[in-house]
Amino acid sequence: MATTTLTKAEDRATVEHAARLSHVSKSFAGPTGQQLVLDDITLDVAPGEFVTLLGASGCGKSTLLNLVAGLDRPTSGSIETPGGRPALMFQEHALFPWLTAGKNIELALRLRGVPKQERRPEAERLLELVRLGGSFGKRVHELSGGMRQRVAMARALAQDSRLLLMDEPFAALDAITRDVLHDELTRIWRETNASVLFVTHNVREAVRLAQRVVLLSSRPGRIAREWSVDIEHPRRIEDTAVAELSVEITEQLRGEIRRHGQH
Amino acid sequence: MASTDTRTDDLAGLEAGLDALDAVQVRRTPVREILVGKVLPPLLAVVLVVVAWQLLVTAQVTEEYKLPPPSAVWDSAVDMWLQGTLLEVVWTSVSRGLLGFMMAVALGTPLGLLVARVKFVRSAIGPILSGLQSLPSVAWVAPAVIWLGLNDRMMYAVILLGAVPSIANGLVSGVDQVPPLVIRAGRTLGATGLRGTWHIVLPAALPGYLAGLKQGWAFSWRSLMAAEIIASSPDLGLGLGQLLENGRNNFDMPGIFLSILLILFVGIAIDLLIFSPLERWVLRSRGLLVRS
Repeated sequence: MATTTLTKAEDRATVEHAARLSHVSKSFAGPTGQQLVLDDITLDVAPGEFVTLLGASGCGKSTLLNLVAGLDRPTSGSIETPGGRPALMFQEHALFPWLTAGKNIELALRLRGVPKQERRPEAERLLELVRLGGSFGKRVHELSGGMRQRVAMARALAQDSRLLLMDEPFAALDAITRDVLHDELTRIWRETNASVLFVTHNVREAVRLAQRVVLLSSRPGRIAREWSVDIEHPRRIEDTAVAELSVEITEQLRGEIRRHGQH
Repeated sequence: MASTDTRTDDLAGLEAGLDALDAVQVRRTPVREILVGKVLPPLLAVVLVVVAWQLLVTAQVTEEYKLPPPSAVWDSAVDMWLQGTLLEVVWTSVSRGLLGFMMAVALGTPLGLLVARVKFVRSAIGPILSGLQSLPSVAWVAPAVIWLGLNDRMMYAVILLGAVPSIANGLVSGVDQVPPLVIRAGRTLGATGLRGTWHIVLPAALPGYLAGLKQGWAFSWRSLMAAEIIASSPDLGLGLGQLLENGRNNFDMPGIFLSILLILFVGIAIDLLIFSPLERWVLRSRGLLVRS
């Protein structure tokens, strides 16, 4: 009985982390033998927390997200995501072009096991959430880049996961659209109370969005430093506080990159 | 609080503006444009060929029993029509071809899926399947007659051997061309194994599969004609291939021309009526059809 109570107590709401990475390492077979990509990453994401992973090329950011998403296994260490399979958003929208915007979301709901009659209203609600109500029947190619990413966000939210993983989702967008989507993401994050693990190489983006910024070094990826960001929302990319912290983090990031030039 | 509300309204307005500016306009082609651009040129080409043909006959480049005038071919078509045999002959072949093609689809699709998704199967029979595509299906007529006899089953066997490799190969290349990101996106949504195949891989591979079906039909039709020309027997009923062979036996050149034209016409008609619209619809709905 005691154990049953224990597992019951480990209900999603009462778990103290949305993701727990303990001593995670990953290596791939490379041209010169095993290549270490991630080295001893230990990181907790609290429920409802917004964390950005920041790093230059070759820091294994995307590898790390793949591991957390369960698309790949770590070489050593362990990863827990108590809220179930995390949702994942990519740099490209990754929407299915043979389905309309709404049907893309309905498919995610269907794969989650939502009964048929509930799918349509739920998909409409999610489109409403990303301010695309009325775009249910639109084909993917009829949408602009920003709209596609919002549909992709709605589809990720359709998984109803407590953890949203984002792999540079706005990197391919123009600056104005990206800025708007930053606001949207902040709003949706606060409305849904989801935890977000957001990967980027854009320092200002990281500071503008996150409660906590984690800097990864490159080759192999290690956690170099962490900052907590105590700037009031709503934030703007031009805010002095955002700029100041960005300068500090950029300095550190440049230092990390410089090390690779010295042999 | 009031300031946050205004901000949210601002954002909604800003976003609506961006969406309106960035929205992709999809234009439908007007009917006139289709007529002038797509229908007129091939009609003109046909008229030119007939005119050239008639000129050759008028110039008497060869004896008339070798090159009959277009009017003679037309007359023999009208004759057949009046006897009521024209549609019957065409239908005999078309129904055989379509039924054989559907059997080929039923066999080729799971086979293609197996080759595309199972590594061992791919290395085992993938190359053979590609090789079979270049084997003329006429080659199968002789063994098919010996194994199965002069009957419809032999016809279907030849069609299957001609069309199944095309259909399977089309599906394989369709699956190979599915972007890995689409598969990954499907997996994060929980579409793995059979569910992934059904919801993600098959619909994503549809353009390549359709190309395979189109080729599969062409191969079905060709194989059937080969079988009908070579294997004639009163029990088989009169199809287009036999019509051609009868024309040869009776030294009836207009009849031979008519058969060839009918075979060509059926091939084009099926492609134009079934496969091209299907392919265009699939490509257009995915935004893959670029208008020049």
